[in-house]
Amino acid sequence: MSWLGILSDLMHNTIVFSTALILAALGGLFSERSGIVNIALEGLMIVGAFTSAVVTHFVDQSLGGSPWSPWIGFLVAIVAGLLFSLIHAVATVSFNSDHVVSGVALNFLALGATVYLTKIIFNGAGQTKTLQTVFTKWEIPYLSDIPYIGKAFFTAYPTSYLAIILVFVSYYVLWKTPFGLRLRSVGEHPKASDTMGINVYKMKYIGVMLSGVFAAMGGASIALTTTSNFSHTTISGQGFIALAVLIFGKWNPFGILGAGLFFGIAQALNSLMQVFELTKYVPVDFIFMLPYVLTILVLAGLIGKAIPPKAIGKPYVKGSR
Amino acid sequence: MKKYLLLLILVLGISTLLAGCGTDTENGAENNQGTEESLVKIGMVTDVGGVNDNSFNQSAWEGLQLLDKDLKGEVKVDFAQSTSDAEYIPNLTQFVKAGWDLTWGIGFLMGDHVKTVAEQNPEAKLAIIDAVVDAPNVASVTFKEHEGSFLVGVVAGLMTKTDKIGFVGGMDIPVIARFDAGFTAGVKAANPDAKIIYNYTGAFDKPDLGKAAAATMYDQGVDIIFHAAGATGDGVFNEAKARKDAGQDVWVIGVDKDQSITFGDDITLTSMMKRVDQAVYRVSKELVDGEFKPGLIQLGLKENGVGLPAENPNIPADVLEKVNEFKQKIINGEIEVPSEK
Repeated sequence: MSWLGILSDLMHNTIVFSTALILAALGGLFSERSGIVNIALEGLMIVGAFTSAVVTHFVDQSLGGSPWSPWIGFLVAIVAGLLFSLIHAVATVSFNSDHVVSGVALNFLALGATVYLTKIIFNGAGQTKTLQTVFTKWEIPYLSDIPYIGKAFFTAYPTSYLAIILVFVSYYVLWKTPFGLRLRSVGEHPKASDTMGINVYKMKYIGVMLSGVFAAMGGASIALTTTSNFSHTTISGQGFIALAVLIFGKWNPFGILGAGLFFGIAQALNSLMQVFELTKYVPVDFIFMLPYVLTILVLAGLIGKAIPPKAIGKPYVKGSR
Repeated sequence: MKKYLLLLILVLGISTLLAGCGTDTENGAENNQGTEESLVKIGMVTDVGGVNDNSFNQSAWEGLQLLDKDLKGEVKVDFAQSTSDAEYIPNLTQFVKAGWDLTWGIGFLMGDHVKTVAEQNPEAKLAIIDAVVDAPNVASVTFKEHEGSFLVGVVAGLMTKTDKIGFVGGMDIPVIARFDAGFTAGVKAANPDAKIIYNYTGAFDKPDLGKAAAATMYDQGVDIIFHAAGATGDGVFNEAKARKDAGQDVWVIGVDKDQSITFGDDITLTSMMKRVDQAVYRVSKELVDGEFKPGLIQLGLKENGVGLPAENPNIPADVLEKVNEFKQKIINGEIEVPSEK
């Protein structure tokens, strides 16, 4: 196998693993740009993965293997993520609670509740049944026939295309629309925004709810493409890695795209190194560690200064000085 | 200030409550105890793979369910699922303390934990699959996986069209090494030209890693993958299914159970069955009959503890004949299958 072939394979797998990270990090972006720290990305992904798996399973059963069932699961997961994120919004925006504490609580709640519900729904088993119909890879006509590049970039799951499209949409919305300007201003200087007649609370609510939508998409994209089921390990740390992606990406959609791909490579290397027998030179355990080591390095500030939104994490109380 | 404290307490309270409920249903150990004093109670604790892992945990549970069916009214069976290795000891202890007559630990990963619980509760009876626990009150059941893996290796060696075969392992532990060694020997015995590509995913509960491993292998021209990776192997099947639907000629060799039942005959070439269900059934039955013997029980081809399923619609007759030849030779001792890589 040529080096080009290996690279194309690596890229292909990288996109598979990056998809969920990019989606969840975009969710974090909307929330944090509005000034709300969202450490609950992990929990929101869990809710998304759980809902999508359960809904897809039952829709699939009643429709008898319709290719639409994963789409229905995906949409319901988005709604579930939105509703779940409302808890965070109410706690942090309306009740001014500490963002980190609320986020941690939501993470526990999500894992506990979904595993509990899985056990009730599937007769005590800790994971859902294996889904019969999931997303399959789409090959873009003509483009996917290009040697190497076609395999690397134009053969992917629909959710991967969606993630990349949403990167551009997010950039447009946040930087080119009045709504985006308002959302960002609320995260930078809520008092000034309030003076200008922007409804600060409404903006923050929207930011958190969008993060629920995106993170749930991320979770669902894992359950509906790679694992084909939901168990307590389906989401194990991706939400936190997505936070690292958000910081590494410097709170910018294109930064997130790049950072997401970077962390995806760390995952993709895992299987590739072994298959190409590169593990003769590097012990495989080091490759298993790679994503986590990278996360620590990135968060320890190895990437230069990342400047968060100015008013992030601070509760906004109308009229206070 | 007060408001948000209250809210926090509420949220935390709910999450603890839910987590609490989870453990309760999980270990239904204490349900209906008073009325069922006369029953022989047998519990099992799964490892992190979970009871629906399409693999050995599920197989063990099927063994107990069969026992429950055959001896209706004499036994009571239940399982507790572990979500992390920190839960092995609490789960095992829960059955033991509730006075269950036999507690199974399923899987190599639970070896040390079963030993600890057995030593703390010398009067209790325990049993473990896939690990050897040296304690006077524990029955240890191990399998000669290398013998069964040799046979599926022969199948793969004879049936590959590309002369490239994949092996996806969970963790690099002695049990999986036996699969690896036997399979490698079997492939080489049947087809010395075949190349085997190995991939250890480092987890038994990560279908996404299994899927990525399989995708990379199939892209390299591998046409048959043997997985010994528990629920991680589900990912191998998922990838094979996607490729089969797209018209590619790929196969998976399943593990532990006849996985064609779960994943279908169109992608499952055959399976290296490890009769965990029969072993669990046998030892549990002995307990019911009052003949429980602690110590080591080893099951190989000869004891029918490992092997291919009875029905193999995807394997041509001449290949099956060859497989049976090898099987006979292993049973007679003419071929010594290596158990280490």
